[in-house]
Amino acid sequence: MDWKGRDVISVRDFSKEDIEFVLKVAERLEEELKEKGSLDYARGKILATLFFEPSTRTRLSFESAMYRLGGSVIGFSSASSTSVKKGESLADTIKTVEQYSDVIVIRHPMEGAARLAAEVAEVPVINAGDGSNQHPTQTLLDLYTMKRAFGRIDGLTIGLLGDLKYGRTVHSLAEALAFYDVELYLISPELLRMPKHIIGELREKGLEVHETTDLEDVIPELDVLYVTRIQRERFPDEEEYLKVKGSYQVNLSVLKNAKERLRVMHPLPRVDEIHPEVDKSEHALYFRQVFSGVPVRMTLLGLTLGVL
Amino acid sequence: MPELKVEVIPEGTVIDHIPSGKWLKVIEILGLTKPNGGTLLIASNVPSKKLGRKDIVKVEGRYLSEEEVNKIALIAPLATVNIVRDYRIVEKFNVEIPDEIVGILRCPNPNCVSNHEHVTPKFRVESREPLKLRCHYCERTVEGDDILGNI
Ligand SMILES: Nc1ncnc2c1ncn2[C@@H]1O[C@H](COP(=O)(O)OP(=O)(O)OP(=O)(O)O)[C@@H](O)[C@H]1O
Ligand SMILES: [Mg+2]
Ligand SMILES: [Zn+2]
Repeated sequence: MDWKGRDVISVRDFSKEDIEFVLKVAERLEEELKEKGSLDYARGKILATLFFEPSTRTRLSFESAMYRLGGSVIGFSSASSTSVKKGESLADTIKTVEQYSDVIVIRHPMEGAARLAAEVAEVPVINAGDGSNQHPTQTLLDLYTMKRAFGRIDGLTIGLLGDLKYGRTVHSLAEALAFYDVELYLISPELLRMPKHIIGELREKGLEVHETTDLEDVIPELDVLYVTRIQRERFPDEEEYLKVKGSYQVNLSVLKNAKERLRVMHPLPRVDEIHPEVDKSEHALYFRQVFSGVPVRMTLLGLTLGVL
Repeated sequence: MPELKVEVIPEGTVIDHIPSGKWLKVIEILGLTKPNGGTLLIASNVPSKKLGRKDIVKVEGRYLSEEEVNKIALIAPLATVNIVRDYRIVEKFNVEIPDEIVGILRCPNPNCVSNHEHVTPKFRVESREPLKLRCHYCERTVEGDDILGNI
């Protein structure tokens, strides 16, 4: 696969080889970065970050990645400061911005915006989230975090916890995990179970998938517990929400029965689904996960720019 | 003797077994509504053994290709296409749902970029039986009534 000029829009566009390749290069870059402090593969290159919707975390991670690669960054962090407010089409914005840059990262509130941007742009486009659709760099950094923590993804038993119905992060992660030989526990309240068609696809691809509503029941089985937020809006009444929220909080007492090697992940920001007391334990992997965003995004920027 | 509900045409294409009431959609999708598009003969609400009632569209002087006619497969999945030369049918084929549906169906997802920007909606056919499409932009799937309701 020739990566130069390629767009990164959806996990659906990736093969297992693509994923493995990205993870391998990221590992190399992380080591190199540790050794040298900063790299200069992207010297003279400019990244444009177009955030039509605010997202501090993802934007900072991309910007940090570009600087660490030796490149520079231009961009905006909310649509209100741009000519979009004056009614400019997305296509025109993209065609303009690409005159100033070598690669574009876009976050947009509409589903499909990144795909459209990629069709319009000559320079590579990386999707940093299009509405409720895709956020492929999150999925890749999640996989990378697991790979770094365990040395492999094959053979892991992974629990996905929380809102499995609407959560795009867990949907793409599960789809990507289907490339591997893993066992999945889907842990969610009845109301927020993973859609049947996704579970069907996962099983078709050979994954062993278990559904449960009980976290404590399955915690001893897990190598990874991937926690996501449960939103109040999903519930008909406050009482029901509070009950559910309480039974899915990850704290030290819940983790008592876990394997020693269990690692807890979270795409962040968290509210109270993981108690801060877990932060200091060996189980906490979520800050390391944040860190992983940088080498993975360095990799995607470098590969699509063709400078690695 | 063939049932000739509408006049015979010397040369052209007869699209038969269109669901009753859909003839206008059919000629719209095929781009036959333009004033210089040639003569059309329409029969609507014709009794039919297969469909109960059906529409027939006859396009005089034009031979539509399979690829062109396949665009109507979403609204007229059972349509048969007859190529007429010298008053006789020389070729007959069934429409088939193509792998990609371009510009016929609007995406039912209101937050899909294809409903807000100047782009042609595009879908990949994920399954034919039952029919399931996936939007090229927002990646949502569309099935059943959501397909017919958005053509
Ligand atoms: N020369 C012609 N001009 C216009 N229409 C024609 C001509 N010849 C046939 N047709 C029409 O084309 C359609 C198909 O004709 P055909 O004789 O194959 O009927 P059929 O045997 O009922 O076919 P099918 O099994 O597809 O229903 C009919 O609607 C018929 O009226
Ligand atoms: Mg007949
Ligand atoms: Zn769509």
